[in-house]
Amino acid sequence: MKLESKIPTGPLADKWNNHKAKLRLVNPANRRKYHIIVVGSGLAGSAAAASFAEMGYEVSCFCYQDSPRRAHSIAAQGGINAAKNYQNDGDSVRRLFLDTIKGGDYRAREANVYRLAQVSTSIIDQCVAQGVPFAREYGGLLANRSFGGAQVSRTFYARGQTGQQLLLGAYSALSRQIGAGTVKMYARHEMLDLVLVDGQAKGIVTRNLVNGEIKAWASDVVVLCTGGYGNVFYLSTNAQGCNVTATFRAHRRGAGFANPCYTQIHPTCIPVHGEDQSKLTLMSESLRNDGRVWVPKDKADCGKPASEIPEDRRDYFLERKYPSYGNLAPRDISSRAAKEVCDEGRGVGQMVDGKRLGVYLDFSAAINRLGESAIRERYGNLFDMYENITGENAYRQPMRIFPAVHYTMGGLWVDYNLQSNIPGLFVGGEANFSDHGANRLGASALMQGLADGYFVLPYTVTDYLAGVGLSGRPSVDRPEFKAAVKEVQDRTQWFLQNKGTRSARSYHKELGKIVWEKCGMARDKAGLQQAIKDLEALRADFWKNVRVVGSGEQLAPELERAGRVADFLDFGIMMCLDALSREESCGGHFRTEYQDSGEAKRNDDQFAHAAVWEWQGENKHPVRHIEPLVYEEVQFTTRSYK
Amino acid sequence: MVKENGNSDQHGRTLSLRLRVWRQNRGQPGHFEEHFLAAVPETASFLEMMDMLNEQLIREGKDTFAFDHDCREGICGMCSMTINGMPHGPLPGVTTCQLHMRNFRDGETITVEPWRARAFPVLKDLAVDRSAFDKVIQSGGFITVRTGSAPEANHTLVPKQVADEAMDAAECIGCGACVASCKNGSAMLFVGAKINHLNILPQGQPERERRTLAMVKTMDEAGFGNCTNYGECQAHCPKSITLDVIAKLNRDYLRARVKEFFSSTGKPSKGGE
Repeated sequence: MKLESKIPTGPLADKWNNHKAKLRLVNPANRRKYHIIVVGSGLAGSAAAASFAEMGYEVSCFCYQDSPRRAHSIAAQGGINAAKNYQNDGDSVRRLFLDTIKGGDYRAREANVYRLAQVSTSIIDQCVAQGVPFAREYGGLLANRSFGGAQVSRTFYARGQTGQQLLLGAYSALSRQIGAGTVKMYARHEMLDLVLVDGQAKGIVTRNLVNGEIKAWASDVVVLCTGGYGNVFYLSTNAQGCNVTATFRAHRRGAGFANPCYTQIHPTCIPVHGEDQSKLTLMSESLRNDGRVWVPKDKADCGKPASEIPEDRRDYFLERKYPSYGNLAPRDISSRAAKEVCDEGRGVGQMVDGKRLGVYLDFSAAINRLGESAIRERYGNLFDMYENITGENAYRQPMRIFPAVHYTMGGLWVDYNLQSNIPGLFVGGEANFSDHGANRLGASALMQGLADGYFVLPYTVTDYLAGVGLSGRPSVDRPEFKAAVKEVQDRTQWFLQNKGTRSARSYHKELGKIVWEKCGMARDKAGLQQAIKDLEALRADFWKNVRVVGSGEQLAPELERAGRVADFLDFGIMMCLDALSREESCGGHFRTEYQDSGEAKRNDDQFAHAAVWEWQGENKHPVRHIEPLVYEEVQFTTRSYK
Repeated sequence: MVKENGNSDQHGRTLSLRLRVWRQNRGQPGHFEEHFLAAVPETASFLEMMDMLNEQLIREGKDTFAFDHDCREGICGMCSMTINGMPHGPLPGVTTCQLHMRNFRDGETITVEPWRARAFPVLKDLAVDRSAFDKVIQSGGFITVRTGSAPEANHTLVPKQVADEAMDAAECIGCGACVASCKNGSAMLFVGAKINHLNILPQGQPERERRTLAMVKTMDEAGFGNCTNYGECQAHCPKSITLDVIAKLNRDYLRARVKEFFSSTGKPSKGGE
């Protein structure tokens, strides 16, 4: 596998501008002769599809939801970072870059991160012009807040629904193009394969979820913006439909998958309540600005109501361990600290499977200081949501929170141009691996999705198209397309005809439990080896005993689920292999063997690289390759938030 | 409904339910099917209860009920069930996915139907086609701004009150409960929300009239009914969008029609928009 990062030469701050000036262009009159397929309609996908169409390309956009407006970018609550320095508190492109690199525990590609920080300011301009109703000061200027461990206020927000408003902005730009006929939108279509012609990505195969039609589409280039793989854990904050299938199908066709073991566990989610739970709900991290995290000092107090535990018997463990950041310590660190106290048996809340997995997030100090109305104004909707889900009033008693899988930093490997190792296959947003390293900072996912979609892909895809020229897209009658369609049809028929006994959901739950236990917040060699064995057995059983009800000609949710779970099973094994071979701790990847009294211990000499996995065939382990991470300007330091 | 503490070691009560659920294949007539479901925890969401029903159907080798859902945290707008005659069920201000079973009684009969509206044909069982909403947005629910051509963000001042009002309207999740709850199948709350969001912002002024006329025209063509002030939409909107947006839509529509009428200079058109 050839992994050329294609990082431009020259000083870090000039790389992107110099590179842009050298990228090839396509004559405006020729642009309509090129067909671009965009899969996914979240922030990256919608933004890219709209931008391509504005430039004059012919665009087709696919999503599995009933409308592009449903993509899970919509659920992001907190905000979006940009180095505007409107607050005069010392922010700059360089500082945002450094924070992101350090937050990612020095496992991201330097040049990509710098570019991200550079274009962040244009994103805010673009979104404001689209009518995104960001929070404002009384004077009419944009408001900011500090978020997720940043020491400057660089986060722009729209109440607790920033993702929704940014996605509706991108969706409106996309809708304008659909209305103008320049984008053809295919909702309720799921991509089930990538088609290569002469080694280049030239199309996809989809299943129309409404009538079951399996169809091939040819294009000059394919752009995947299909999100992350957090649902491999079954329970996560992802939407139900989020899946790894599009990127994994591309992986099976030869695309390298980078750093699958980097998963982010978000510290502030509502704890699990029972076996039939389908989803974990995130409470915005902004709550940590005013809430104090604690558990009882003594196990014996854990069953008591919080009000009966006096102040001197409470352990405010984040404030104790990380005095300078306190309750605002970064996500991976806060999550692990919560896991530790629960593992010690000091968790609170309901017993689930014989354990109490929860810690308190207490607002009583803030309510005493600022008054209930001030807290209601800041977090009213979150408190309502909490009460609606748990039946508890967080103004009177502390919230209970526990970490949950939230975001995945790994993804398809891409070069500086966001092109995978398959020519003609570009990957944007959470689906690629490039910008967050081993841990993502708060309010950076929205920034990356829109940066890729609006300000990177339009340039780099154009350069690729200029290179392939007007040779014309291949016909879908070519054997490559027919073979891919046949494979998808066969797999679909197999699912519908298999006389199994177990639902796909039951396999998904079991898969989730295995990876959460063995490849979740803390990992070790023995556990990962066991997980790989267990997953292989589970996969073998799945391909014998899965039962799929429904027909191929109507909406068939069970068929959709079975296909996604099948890919998650293969993917889960790869994730554990990656975690096993990365013999260090960094960011969201914590190997218990590699620590300094509880703090992650990196091994920069041996593991300052991206691990990229190459598919070897059914039931075979993928092969590991590496892309060394070369830091030209940044010095490695140990992350310390003490 | 608020418990004094969440520390009880019990898992809370469970419910046994009689469910009447709508069954329909695309293009064919539908009917209710009756199922019994036991041991539903009160902590489960309504959709998790439906998952349990579907798992039971799979065990029995029967087809599951198709229903739309995705984020399960009340923001994507995909879930869409009429529960005991009420879109998104009996609680005000929540979506189906945020409705929890503690709001139902043990032994209760629950009737579950799809959105009922001419503009939203049933695809299967509880899932309907809401692409008419997308068409309305495509006709004018945007501010025209090409990528890269935006001015510096703080050049446009937006008074906080205006930004807040725009945000109130922009919270609409496009679920369609307003249409499903309306006897006329009117989409005025949805269209009014989007028009209010964009028409009051300074950035939205250049296209204000054009946007309003185009969206109302598309709305009418898509088969939505007219508003006759029942107010059911406001009562069932999970984001508590109010009827104000309909009044303002009517005002903006009138304004746009009057301006259109008087804007002609009498000079023959040279093409373009």
